[in-house]
Amino acid sequence: MSVLVYTESEGGKFGKTSLEAASYAKGVATVLGTNVTAVVFNAEDTSGLAQYGVEKVLKINNDKLQKFNAEAYADAIKQAAEKENAQVVIISQSTNSKYLAPLLAVQLDAGYVSNVVALPESTSPFQVKRTAFSNKAFSIVEIGTERKIVGVSKNAYGLKENQVAQSVEDFVPSLSAEDFSVNVESVDKATDQVTIADAEIVVSGGRGLKGPENWGMIEELAATLGAATACSKPVSDMGWRPHSEHVGQTGKPVASNLYIAVGISGAIQHLAGVSASKVKVVINNDPEAPFFKAADYGVVGDAFEIVPKLTEKLKEFKANNA
Amino acid sequence: MKILVCISHVPDTTSKINFSDSDTRFDTNGVQFVINPNDEFGLTRAMWFQEKQNATVDVVNVGGPETEPTLRKALAIGADTAIRINAHPTDGSFVAKQLAKVAQDGGYDLIIAGRESIDYNGGMVPGMLAGLLKANFVNTCIGLEVEADTATAIREIEGGKETLKTKLPLVIGGQKGLVQESDLKIPNMRGIMMARKKPLQVVEPTGDEAASKTVKFEKPAPKGQVKLIDPDNLDELINLLHNEAKVI
Repeated sequence: MSVLVYTESEGGKFGKTSLEAASYAKGVATVLGTNVTAVVFNAEDTSGLAQYGVEKVLKINNDKLQKFNAEAYADAIKQAAEKENAQVVIISQSTNSKYLAPLLAVQLDAGYVSNVVALPESTSPFQVKRTAFSNKAFSIVEIGTERKIVGVSKNAYGLKENQVAQSVEDFVPSLSAEDFSVNVESVDKATDQVTIADAEIVVSGGRGLKGPENWGMIEELAATLGAATACSKPVSDMGWRPHSEHVGQTGKPVASNLYIAVGISGAIQHLAGVSASKVKVVINNDPEAPFFKAADYGVVGDAFEIVPKLTEKLKEFKANNA
Repeated sequence: MKILVCISHVPDTTSKINFSDSDTRFDTNGVQFVINPNDEFGLTRAMWFQEKQNATVDVVNVGGPETEPTLRKALAIGADTAIRINAHPTDGSFVAKQLAKVAQDGGYDLIIAGRESIDYNGGMVPGMLAGLLKANFVNTCIGLEVEADTATAIREIEGGKETLKTKLPLVIGGQKGLVQESDLKIPNMRGIMMARKKPLQVVEPTGDEAASKTVKFEKPAPKGQVKLIDPDNLDELINLLHNEAKVI
């Protein structure tokens, strides 16, 4: 028996969400009195995983798996789970992990719980806490199946260092043609931008900015902080900004360390989507804007004056603290 | 082409969330229910296939009689027939198994579901449905074209998008982008009148059990007071973010 974690990598590197998943897997394994095995695809150096408690690595090297393929990855992870006799499989909640998780659940006949924010409340019965109603509430869910899949929310359990000795084994899953029946034709991805999913800081603009031509100051503030840019629903609906930037209940969730909202009044659906962010700053000229009730820090005033000034001051701060 | 659109009956996004029965049930008092937004984008795309490619569009939902107005709304938007699976949707695996039975019996080419429902946010029904049906699957789908038995789908990925090619039968987990917000249809009077006459079939659930159950709900701890900072003293904001919140 062991706890299996799927640690995603990109260009052979493990991102923070993968290391959080590894940390969480180690936490579960400790409670269950067992070890953590990670399954990795086309990543050479796995020593970084040992730092977060991964004792064993099943290394898959396969050219056909260079590009993510949900069906094929799920099949390979299933075989890894069977080989390790894993009762619990941990995944992150990245777009790709969320894509493969339900396929894996069917293949393993496992119960799957998504958006989990803490270690199990109990392991027998197996109960975990997750967010529900788009972060407006939590629910405690009990998984009744023998095998369980737990999807760990970003920036909830966090990173827990736990250096261990690591063994590495090559693993060759047997994949069929059916695993490759959905094929990637082309990828259109900005490589120079911080994504909302990865960002520690997100700077977001709303209707209060009056028009797409005024986003320069949002982008500059974001660049100063190494942040991703985002926007509210009306802004994306009016086409001022691309849909991929829309955050909120029907857009993307944000679970960053710092969320800065500029000219966003704070509709319930917006607040729900960003509530997993640790610290929220709101800049708005309307002191009655609902966002002030949900924020940690607020500045009441004209965004067109405040944002450029804040950017200048942050540049000074960065220069002094570099 | 036969299309099945899976519809979840959810509280609208402005709803206040409360629980009853010692925090074990969602309190529906005063809550307005709507078609799950992610499903509505999919339904609207299905209407496009109905109009341009002569597709038939059925909608299906797992729920009690109280969910029928939501199905009627989908019929008013333009779906041809509706199916209600008469069961309480306890968890994603249960719902997926119920839908799989209807999907199998109906022999659908394309099944459109939302990426996730905005109430329980499980994000598992479309993928599980595809897995159970051994159909192809594209999640976070923001664009879809079908030509004969070949589908071209655009999937949102972190930091961009990718274009995928696959064959029918296909299940997608859809979201905004499949159509734009401005493409969403508000049912007109004629649609509403016609919807009353369209078939709404009620089927009983299979004997499948749920893989998980919700034991209890909790509300987040109330938020502390916001700290207001003078716009002429932004150094203070930077100081607080650096020394107090420790986020920069």
